[in-house]
Amino acid sequence: MVSKRVVLQFTHSLVDQPIVYKLVKEFDLQFNILRASVTPKEEGLMVLEISGKKENFEKGVEYLKSCGVKLQPLSQDVVRNEEKCTNCGVCVPICPAEALVVDPKTRKVIFHNKKCIACELCIKICPPRAMEVHF
Amino acid sequence: MKTIKEINEKIKKGQVVVVTAEEVIDLVREKGVRKAAEEVDVVTTGTFGPMCSSGAYFNIGHSTPRIKIGGGTCKLNDVPCYTGLAAVDVFLGATAIPDDDPRNKVYPGEFKYGGGHVIQDLVSGKDVRLEATAYGTDCYPRKKLETLINIKDLNEAVLFNIRNCYQNYSVAVNLSNKPIYTYLGMLKPELGNANYCSAGQLSPLLKDPEYKTIGIGTKIFLGGGTGFIAWQGTQHNPQVPRKDNGIPQFGSGTLAVIGDLKQMKSRYLVGVSMAGYGVTLVVGIGVPIPVLNEQVLKNAAVQDKDIYTQIVDYSSDYPQRVASSLGEVSYEQLKSGKITIKNKEVPTGNLSSYSKALEISEELKSWIKKGDFILSEPVAPLPGKESGYSFKPLKERPVKP
Repeated sequence: MVSKRVVLQFTHSLVDQPIVYKLVKEFDLQFNILRASVTPKEEGLMVLEISGKKENFEKGVEYLKSCGVKLQPLSQDVVRNEEKCTNCGVCVPICPAEALVVDPKTRKVIFHNKKCIACELCIKICPPRAMEVHF
Repeated sequence: MKTIKEINEKIKKGQVVVVTAEEVIDLVREKGVRKAAEEVDVVTTGTFGPMCSSGAYFNIGHSTPRIKIGGGTCKLNDVPCYTGLAAVDVFLGATAIPDDDPRNKVYPGEFKYGGGHVIQDLVSGKDVRLEATAYGTDCYPRKKLETLINIKDLNEAVLFNIRNCYQNYSVAVNLSNKPIYTYLGMLKPELGNANYCSAGQLSPLLKDPEYKTIGIGTKIFLGGGTGFIAWQGTQHNPQVPRKDNGIPQFGSGTLAVIGDLKQMKSRYLVGVSMAGYGVTLVVGIGVPIPVLNEQVLKNAAVQDKDIYTQIVDYSSDYPQRVASSLGEVSYEQLKSGKITIKNKEVPTGNLSSYSKALEISEELKSWIKKGDFILSEPVAPLPGKESGYSFKPLKERPVKP
């Protein structure tokens, strides 16, 4: 079994295709939609947690690529600008994924990149705007 | 018993014993108050949080031909300054925002750039665009000025904050069913989070709760440089209820502080954006507490578990000025990451950086140890409880036509 968080970017022509349905039907994969949006230029963006057998996961990824969906692992997307972060901690209770936590010893804020679901809640509430999103 | 003069002699001889307001806690636990008070000469405190009543004034120097900005307009990177002063003196407030900022028209507003950011940019050494207009006089004929300025070329650049360093502050929560955006951050509906803003056991006025050593004229660490306490801050209120240890259970004392902006560092003066609320400046302040006697040390050794504050609903009670508390919590509970309100476990967030506060107390400690920072004697005390000084609400009166 594997479970990975990925960002899918769809072009205009793919927005109306039942791509995620096929992941379930043909590759027996489970998915959890963490985020989905269609941008003004009608490009689709979806953040999924996909889990299933390793071989099915790989086949599913192949299928997505063959359709023209751009794929990237989620962990690259939200980054903390270490220069800007003041380690206040106001983001900590806002993060739904517990990706932002206070180190009880140093009282500094730790960002667990791998737990991040890219909901972007921290982006706009960070006072020094230290959380950045790079799509 | 020691005097500030004696402590300063020790600083000059390199014999001074300085500990931070965190270290003193362990020291008292180990050695007891009496022994610790004999050994320690100075306790350094620190705080690093948003302080909205911050600002800076500048004298930009006279142009050729001369311009009288006083009574005209002046903007720094599009952020308006106060110009009701002499020809080339302007004051910039931390919360000022450009005229064309959309504010909360698209709610919650982003408030990307304002006075706090301009102050940080200047301190970082960045050029800032100044645009001024004037009505023109016989002696100051010029009506328009547009130029880049840099902090190093200004005659004076002075940070002058009329209310900083709150002695204690409420914890904000939201009892309503929609998210709200406050100066204490975003509050999720139905007690989704509880935000507080204090360095607790490191915070200057919590470690000298009755202002026995901190007074007007006290030299302090301000934004990475040195400054002074100029006055009690606005809304200073020594009258609030206190625990037996003398520590107020509500927001109470405040400080007005002043210092040379040119000495300061951008890591200790940070412009910030509070979503849906506005722009402000995060200010780093450290105040040295001279250990004049055992009581001073005992106060300075108070821990988070013995400092209490109130939980306040910011969806209705705070905006409507209803004085009510949903309960009292200690900073130890707040720092644990969750507190219980109305039988619900609520995660906490601090708007004030404890790690930065600690860094400031360490920095001030090293300055004193090296002999770079000599303590000053206060020239007047801050108004205490016995003064009768208090904080009153506005008495609104009808304006007759």
